[in-house]
Amino acid sequence: MMEEVQEVRSALSVHGHDIKVTDVLRDGDALTFVIVSQKLSGTGEYHVDRTYDDFEWLQQHLFSQEDVPGIQGVIFPPIPAKPQVNASAKVLKQLGFLGLGEWQPYCKALETFLRQVASHSMLEKNKAVEIFLTSTDPPGRQRARKNIFNRLSQAVEEKRKEGHKDVDEFFQAARDQNLNLTGHSKNAAERFLDVVLTEQKIAVACGHFSAALHLCVEAGEDPDKQAFSRICVKLSEVFESMKKNMTSTAANDVSTLGLGLDLESRYQEAEKEMLFRRTCKLVELETARRNAEKAKPVKKTAMEEVKKAAETEFDQICGVAKQEIARFEGVRVEILQQALVQWCEQQLLTAKESADQFNQYLQAFRGMA
Amino acid sequence: MATSSERSPPPFPDAEDQDALDSEEVGGRDSDEDDGEDMFPSASNPPLAEMDTAPPAASQPSDVLMKPPTDIMNNPLIEPVSSQTKNESASEVVSEPLDDFVDLTNNITEAATDKEVKETFTVPVIDISVDSSSTDVQQPPGIEEIADPLVDFLGDDLLGDDFLGDAPPATGAQKPSMATIDLFNDDDGSDIFAEPRQTKSAKQPQKSLFGEADEDLFDEPLGATSKKTINTERKDKSVPVKAAAAASDDINIAGPLQESNPAEPADIFTEEAVATAPSVAVASTVNSKTNGVHSEEETDIFAEATVELSLDSPQSERKKEVTDKPSASAPSLSAAASLAKPQSAALDELEEEEDEEQEDQFDIYVSVKDPEKIGDGMNAYMAYKVSTQTTLSMFRNKTFTVRRRFSDFLGLYEKLSEKHGPNGFIVPPPPEKSILGMTKVKVGKEDSSSADFVERRRGALERYLQRVVNHPSLLQDPDVREFLEREELPRAVSTQALSGAGFLKMINKATDAVSKMTIKMNESDVWFEEKLQEVESADQQFRKLHTLVESLVVHRKELSLNTASFAKSTAMLGSAEDNTALSRALSQLAEVEDKMEQLHQDQAANDTFRFAELIADFIRLLGAVRGSFDHRMKSWQRWQDAQAMLQKKRETEAKLLWANKPDKLQLAKEEIAEWEAKVTQYERDFDRVSATVRKEVVRFEKEKAKNFKRQIIKYMECLLQSQQQLIKYWEAFLPEAKAIA
Repeated sequence: MMEEVQEVRSALSVHGHDIKVTDVLRDGDALTFVIVSQKLSGTGEYHVDRTYDDFEWLQQHLFSQEDVPGIQGVIFPPIPAKPQVNASAKVLKQLGFLGLGEWQPYCKALETFLRQVASHSMLEKNKAVEIFLTSTDPPGRQRARKNIFNRLSQAVEEKRKEGHKDVDEFFQAARDQNLNLTGHSKNAAERFLDVVLTEQKIAVACGHFSAALHLCVEAGEDPDKQAFSRICVKLSEVFESMKKNMTSTAANDVSTLGLGLDLESRYQEAEKEMLFRRTCKLVELETARRNAEKAKPVKKTAMEEVKKAAETEFDQICGVAKQEIARFEGVRVEILQQALVQWCEQQLLTAKESADQFNQYLQAFRGMA
Repeated sequence: MATSSERSPPPFPDAEDQDALDSEEVGGRDSDEDDGEDMFPSASNPPLAEMDTAPPAASQPSDVLMKPPTDIMNNPLIEPVSSQTKNESASEVVSEPLDDFVDLTNNITEAATDKEVKETFTVPVIDISVDSSSTDVQQPPGIEEIADPLVDFLGDDLLGDDFLGDAPPATGAQKPSMATIDLFNDDDGSDIFAEPRQTKSAKQPQKSLFGEADEDLFDEPLGATSKKTINTERKDKSVPVKAAAAASDDINIAGPLQESNPAEPADIFTEEAVATAPSVAVASTVNSKTNGVHSEEETDIFAEATVELSLDSPQSERKKEVTDKPSASAPSLSAAASLAKPQSAALDELEEEEDEEQEDQFDIYVSVKDPEKIGDGMNAYMAYKVSTQTTLSMFRNKTFTVRRRFSDFLGLYEKLSEKHGPNGFIVPPPPEKSILGMTKVKVGKEDSSSADFVERRRGALERYLQRVVNHPSLLQDPDVREFLEREELPRAVSTQALSGAGFLKMINKATDAVSKMTIKMNESDVWFEEKLQEVESADQQFRKLHTLVESLVVHRKELSLNTASFAKSTAMLGSAEDNTALSRALSQLAEVEDKMEQLHQDQAANDTFRFAELIADFIRLLGAVRGSFDHRMKSWQRWQDAQAMLQKKRETEAKLLWANKPDKLQLAKEEIAEWEAKVTQYERDFDRVSATVRKEVVRFEKEKAKNFKRQIIKYMECLLQSQQQLIKYWEAFLPEAKAIA
């Protein structure tokens, strides 16, 4: 579908699936991301640098496309939480996998976000996307964050409307399923993060041990001492390689399944938001209907119009939402599958390499006099 | 040597059955320490059985047992003794005790022959046992008569044995009394049957306690005298065999002597063993043993034995009071003990000098297994099964198992360090007492930390014992053998000193003392100075390593926990998933993660037991090494003090000379001579301790490298294995992941 759209409309001047966030530049507390995309016209690339504010600007523009019918039924690709240099523990927890390392996972997440946006049939048409990807001027610096109010009001309303009974069984089921999965995927991502963090700790501990073993080396001509020193050195190497093994295991975890689970969890949140928007609209429509029924003849026509408008809008949203949910199912399964397969392959590779190394060391020890 | 071929299980199946039966009967009462009454009723069974099987017993071919059992009371009692004494006289031993023996035995026979010949032997024995159990079976009138001469006999026996051995009186006396000690200590009935079976000859169908006892008597002439008293006293069932065991132990020790110093008087014992008892197991062990490694000299044996006694006797006396032993044995026992004590120190040193460097790696493996909590509440303790596997001929069996509690291990260490520490030996230390860990176990929390604690301690105890038996000198120690072999050990007392913090404090104190002394002592030997430095820095490094490994283990455990919870959440996610393929893959993943959790757990255990514990061991050992340096320093101090004293005496002499006081001059000269001797002696001591410490440290370093290498190889094997397992898991999961469409 998306290729078709791209070919026909050609709304973007770049390949949507080839967008890369190649680098992150740190300037004080500010992070700037370098985004590279291939020109559709053939040779050449666009290189732009964007801050998180720019991303938010893009997101905002995508949200507020009043002219597109049923835009509220779109599951907007989730944007990662705002990155912070020297983030507090709370922020780090919020960032999850994305807070690890030197922001590489974060870049990866942004990249995924842009690709999802650029390959989305409805979103790619937005001018903001084109500007964001190709304009050399940073677009979003001056914009205030209106977005925040949006979310805050949502949070208040949420409690009230979330439980609202749906008129459509399909959506009721989708909401239940989503609620279920949101919790579980978030949980799984968090648990997996714990695993990764522990693996990193082990890697560090192995490194310390390896370093400490070097201190045990004793100088001297004594053959026993020399033998012991040799053992220490060798063991130190073993632990060094264990450290490497653990480090790459953890890195594999993050770059594959970690990101996959993280994205899954955020996507579920996005779906939830969409469903919630739809529910809000539903509530609005029901109110309009009631008002139209109760309305006095003088106001009746006006009310009917409002009701009609709401009905149309709601139907549009429902139509888009159904499509979106179906599309999303495909996307997320694909994402998870890819994550699992890559994860498995990488871990297998690492494990085999380590096994080889361990085996060599073992032979070396056995061969030691 | 010919005897060894005959050494096999008795050909009479019923005889064995009987044994088995008996041992079952008695085995049930093992635990009743001083409950003699319970034991005797069962003791009365075998004698009765013996009456039935008297004819087969008559066919015993041994020289000594030519007479049919009907004559037992008359003959064996006299015969063995006299034949022994004949041997002795043949081997130029003072023949004085001969008379004593004969007299004594005559006394007995006089008393005994009043009764019917056949009954005499069995009946009195039963009777005495019955006496204490208060079950009236047959009460012959002559019982008192028998008892008295026997008590006499015991006393004289001790005397006789002295001459018999032609050894220093103290050591001679010590042996029989040791037997008696054992006797009082141990009421373990099952032992009776287990041990005699070993020594039984092919042709001796010993169904009864008596048969065995008699046989032992002839088998082990050394222990025979003391055992006989016991036999006749019959206070305790297990006594004779225990005595026999003790006696054979002695012979075991004597074994090597025979070969290395054929002219030594100790030879007598072994020769006797061969001559009088063609079917002796001990003899065969002795013979085979002489081929072996041990080249210790006679003095060695006595020294060890003496030391053991001096350590043992207080406890055994206490025991004896509990068991209500006849007072007759008590004086002789304590007398022997007190006699032995002063000698022990000197002999110990002798032993040390004699101890030649032997190539280690003995063929002996000790394992500590099956930790078991015994008792409840704060009185609970852990008992471990100590199994030994060895081909060393100094042990009676190839494999044997005993049960020991933790404090026994500490007790062993205390004995060993007391004996060998001052000589500069590095005595491997056991794991510390842990009040926290043990309290947890006691409270009965079945959580992983207490299981972990128990397992750690078990491993530490095993390595500790293995280190002890791998030490060529410590293996020779009778306490070690006793610890490994004997069924019941007197409870170790005052191990409190070693408890947790106390132990560390002790080490620290030793360190302080060492450092203080180093300042005083201008080290003549650069080697020691360097080594001390090395040991201290190694200690710090090991401590650091230990902390690091411990933290690694903590992380591994954490990983295991986290993996488990991830597995759980994956399973939940899988069950919530609508897409069937994805759902199945996620459930599969949950299973894989579960397996990985186990893998991580194993890895944590691997880290703990192969590394953390190994390093902890070496921290302990380094403490022991420092202790040996400390002992060397003390020895040096003693020498210096003596020198200072000598100096003073010389000055006094000079003053006296100047003051022209010839009367006091003589005294001063004598004192100088005395101190000169002491100085030489102490200097020699110091040199010897230095040499030992040096040798031990070199050995320690060699062991260290070897030990590490071995452990690391094991560790790597585990690591590799788990890595390969991991590969398998991934390989199995990959198609599942790919199958998601």
